[in-house]
Amino acid sequence: MLIKFLVAAIAASTPLLFGTVGEILSEKVGHLNLGVEGMMSIGACAGFMVGMQTDSFVLALVAAFIAGLCSALIYAVLTVTFLADQNVAGLTLTIFGIGLANFIGIFMLGSSESGTLKLPAGITAQMREISIPGLSTIPVIGPLLFSYSPFVYLGVLIAILAGLFLKKTKMGLNVQAIGHNPAAADAAGINVTRWKYTMILLGGGICGIGGAYCAMIINGGVWISNNVGGLGWIAVALVIFAKWNPWIAIGGSFVFGALRILKYYVPKSVISLPTAFYDMLPFLMTALILVISSIRKKRDLNLPGSLGVDYFREER
Amino acid sequence: MIRIVKIKEKNSRQTFAIHLAAFLLALCAGGLFILMLGFNPLEIYATIISGAFRSKMAIQATIKIMIPLLIAALGVMLSFKMRFWNIGGEGQIIMGAVFATYFALFHADWPSFILFPVMFIAGLLGGGLWALIPAFFKVKFGTNETLFTLMLNYIALYLVSWLQEGPWRDPSANGFPKIASFGKSAVLPKVFGVQIGWIVALVLVAVLFVYLRYTKQGYEISVVGESQATATYAGMNVQKIVLRTMFLSGAIAGICGMIQATGSDRTLSTGVAGGVGFTAIIVAWLAQLNPISSLVIAFLFSVLEKGSSVIQSTYGLSTDCADVLQGIILFFVLGCEFFIRYKFVRDHKGGGKKC
Repeated sequence: MLIKFLVAAIAASTPLLFGTVGEILSEKVGHLNLGVEGMMSIGACAGFMVGMQTDSFVLALVAAFIAGLCSALIYAVLTVTFLADQNVAGLTLTIFGIGLANFIGIFMLGSSESGTLKLPAGITAQMREISIPGLSTIPVIGPLLFSYSPFVYLGVLIAILAGLFLKKTKMGLNVQAIGHNPAAADAAGINVTRWKYTMILLGGGICGIGGAYCAMIINGGVWISNNVGGLGWIAVALVIFAKWNPWIAIGGSFVFGALRILKYYVPKSVISLPTAFYDMLPFLMTALILVISSIRKKRDLNLPGSLGVDYFREER
Repeated sequence: MIRIVKIKEKNSRQTFAIHLAAFLLALCAGGLFILMLGFNPLEIYATIISGAFRSKMAIQATIKIMIPLLIAALGVMLSFKMRFWNIGGEGQIIMGAVFATYFALFHADWPSFILFPVMFIAGLLGGGLWALIPAFFKVKFGTNETLFTLMLNYIALYLVSWLQEGPWRDPSANGFPKIASFGKSAVLPKVFGVQIGWIVALVLVAVLFVYLRYTKQGYEISVVGESQATATYAGMNVQKIVLRTMFLSGAIAGICGMIQATGSDRTLSTGVAGGVGFTAIIVAWLAQLNPISSLVIAFLFSVLEKGSSVIQSTYGLSTDCADVLQGIILFFVLGCEFFIRYKFVRDHKGGGKKC
């Protein structure tokens, strides 16, 4: 029971992990992108549709990544080049992205013969939980480590790589410098604009893959509208929980993944709470974390100093 | 090397021209998208406009869509003017509706001249108090209001789904989790075939216009929005202003929820806000946080939404079309605002590009 719960929690945490790591990359260069939900929706739509047409998991992932990247490009052009307000640009991206994904979904639904959109068997097999002979059957360790969809491993891999990049490479430190003080970074010869674009686009692409998970796995391979369902917003909040650190994000998204599936694993005989309460729980927890972290105001929170402020070079 | 320089702010006529150009460009971009799907954009746009005005009933439906959008935009406007990123309009609408619904369900026997004012005040308090929570933590501890108000949206939403499943469940709905429809006495009356909310909305536009432009409190809001340091230096009590303004902002959203539930939906459901809280932000921003302009923008947006439903029935394209077009319009307007304050300059000399 406990192992089953842990396995399910890890699976449920995956879309959050992608969204959180993607948003961390964007916030590291000082851009609070509230469009995560929208970028994930667009990635979900692209990944699902390409997966359905080509029956290839890899192509679906690539499509989701590119779609997320393109949607982040809109945000980047508006906030980096045109110095538009980040809050409003991000929010608009969310509304636009959800609308676009739902719109295309219904458009494709109209042209399908069966009346539903379902992923074909080939791709379902490719993204099913892996099973390694010998390893997956070991008790406890087998299911806990070697029993997931490739999405899960990809998510953890991206989080680890993002952490390594930010902490251990010179480029990563340059990127962090941009987030803390773009003017100083600029004076030190770092190409601020180029890195802002790079990180925002990369972050968008990663969010897109997270969206693909929502569309392709959560509902058993059937397209439904609003399939990201607020996970993008939780990811934005998780960034704070993870203190802008991709490695902590792995643990953070696991906690929230566990909260999301808790309702299926708490026996009714022990605690009987309304289902609505369990659905509310991740959002309630996020609100609590926001409040607690702001009360403690820890200096090691690692908040990028220029977060939310556009950088206008001539006003250094 | 291309660089950006600040220019003298353009006058209002030039600003308007730039916005208009952005709007037209957005329509072109939207048209391109429609063209890619294999439809004639002109035909689609024509259907949207004619769909919103084709009959008396269609016009009434358009106005009905406009009521919550306009009221919510007015609420959002107050907090945005103060640079308080209240994206919790959705939750505040829901809480206003919840508070009002209590009286509609359990006190429907009261005479209407008591019941309606009570529901109005309940809605106002519901939204206002819900907005006070993030405002309190913001002024006390600096809690990020963007994310906090957002989380409160979902908390309010699941509160309603709990009410539906449990305490307020309609026993006569054959086990389907829904709240009973309100009795006739608790439903807002109609004026000219549309629920009375449109009059409330128009009154609020006028009140807010005067409040923001001619009162001391309105002035304080814009000073705090410009710079909190300036406001403090001028001897203003910033905390008090933030709390008061957020209460009013939420209260207006709460009124919106009360009017939507008791005037249009005639019940409380999880869809009572239905994304209006978010669209209202686009409306308020496009209207440059001006109450009169938001009347125009909210009307345009309701034409777009009503028209989209006609497109759905005529061409089978989903109503999400409205969201997409609204998004494109705001993208272009956000982009164009750059050209009001800045311009690109090409440096001819190779050297001296820094500084």
